[in-house]
Amino acid sequence: MRTLTLDQAVEMIPEGASLMIGGFMGVGTPERVVDEIVRQTKRDLTVIANDTAAPGRGIGKLVDAKLLRKAIVSHIGLNPETQRQMISGALEVELVPQGTLIERIRAGGHGLGGILTQTGIGTPVEDGKQRIEVDGTSYLLEVALRADFALVQAFLADYLGNLSYALTARNFNPVMAMAAGTVIASADNIVPVGVLAPDHVVTPAPVVDYLVANA
Amino acid sequence: MDPQTIIARRIAKELRPGMLVNLGIGIPTLVANYVPQGMHVFFQSENGLIGTGAPPEEGMAHPTLTDAGGRPVTALPGACTFDSAMSFGLIRGGHLDLTVLGGLQVDQTGRLANWMIPGKMVPGMGGAMDLVTGAKRVVVAMQHTAKGAPKIVKQCTLPVTSTRPVDLVVTELAVIAFRDGQATLLETAPGISPEQVAAATQAQLSVPARVPEMTL
Repeated sequence: MRTLTLDQAVEMIPEGASLMIGGFMGVGTPERVVDEIVRQTKRDLTVIANDTAAPGRGIGKLVDAKLLRKAIVSHIGLNPETQRQMISGALEVELVPQGTLIERIRAGGHGLGGILTQTGIGTPVEDGKQRIEVDGTSYLLEVALRADFALVQAFLADYLGNLSYALTARNFNPVMAMAAGTVIASADNIVPVGVLAPDHVVTPAPVVDYLVANA
Repeated sequence: MDPQTIIARRIAKELRPGMLVNLGIGIPTLVANYVPQGMHVFFQSENGLIGTGAPPEEGMAHPTLTDAGGRPVTALPGACTFDSAMSFGLIRGGHLDLTVLGGLQVDQTGRLANWMIPGKMVPGMGGAMDLVTGAKRVVVAMQHTAKGAPKIVKQCTLPVTSTRPVDLVVTELAVIAFRDGQATLLETAPGISPEQVAAATQAQLSVPARVPEMTL
């Protein structure tokens, strides 16, 4: 694990990169990193996330700045700008049931090719997918998702990169931290090694590549 | 009593001690206001919380303690938090006793459509498909008609949320159960006759000889 300044961390992200970004309606999203992506104007991004939050908030800022080419998300209902760009054709949106989305990400990070779920059977979600029968029950094959970068937000990060999360800000973060080529973590608080008890570490340090330093 | 209050109060009668319950946005959220006195129920927010409590007092909101709509909530004693994989494992894995969701249409056999209106409203399904597919019991909270048009229809014209039928629909007029592919009128709201319910329903409705009135 290496510690980088905010601008160094975001300079690593090329235009056209795929990004997993933690957060649920902006709660648990690395806002400083998102702001820096906007400042450095990284274009043509594919974002995998639960939602696109709202205009001016979390991933919504990337939508506002028209930096996204594609969004793979479960919900855009609270962001009219995402819907507007989707309808105009400027932004491709792949809508995935939330439980399927998190499991596809988990599969990507855990060395699995995909997962079988009953969710989506007989709905538009099934289009183009394979059905697999197990013991008489039909499931959809949903394939694994990975990204070039995972941008995660922790509550505590120690100097080694062990992470723990706060309340409902955990959501997609620890699952995404397993599923990307490069993992960039930022934290509400950076603390010395030992502050985080072993039982309280949710994301182990070896999966974190870079920690964004405090301003 | 306004329609929303009738619906929420009636659905609260479905709660049992110790249940794990997920409430959707809108009318379903109101159900939490009518938990019977002294009954302990676990409310889940699918963004990663069991033990969801009422909104905090003015000035007490915490930015990392929110419900699935992103609104500040409180956490009750005994609450726990977890990631989204655990949250949907609870939902799909047979651990969620009851989910209450809003609806746009429910068909004759109990299939629910509640996630999109093609060409008009495409908010995304969020957790709705997993909830309807995975919860042990699915209750729909919705008004009986929309601008006079029945919402309980012969066949959904909107894309369905799941092929798994819902168990119960509660409206301001009636309680309707869906069993074995059939809609049955279980109860009527105070002052509403079975004929009035049938007139506001497009689906074929099985009406028993005696239909009791809702207790609220």
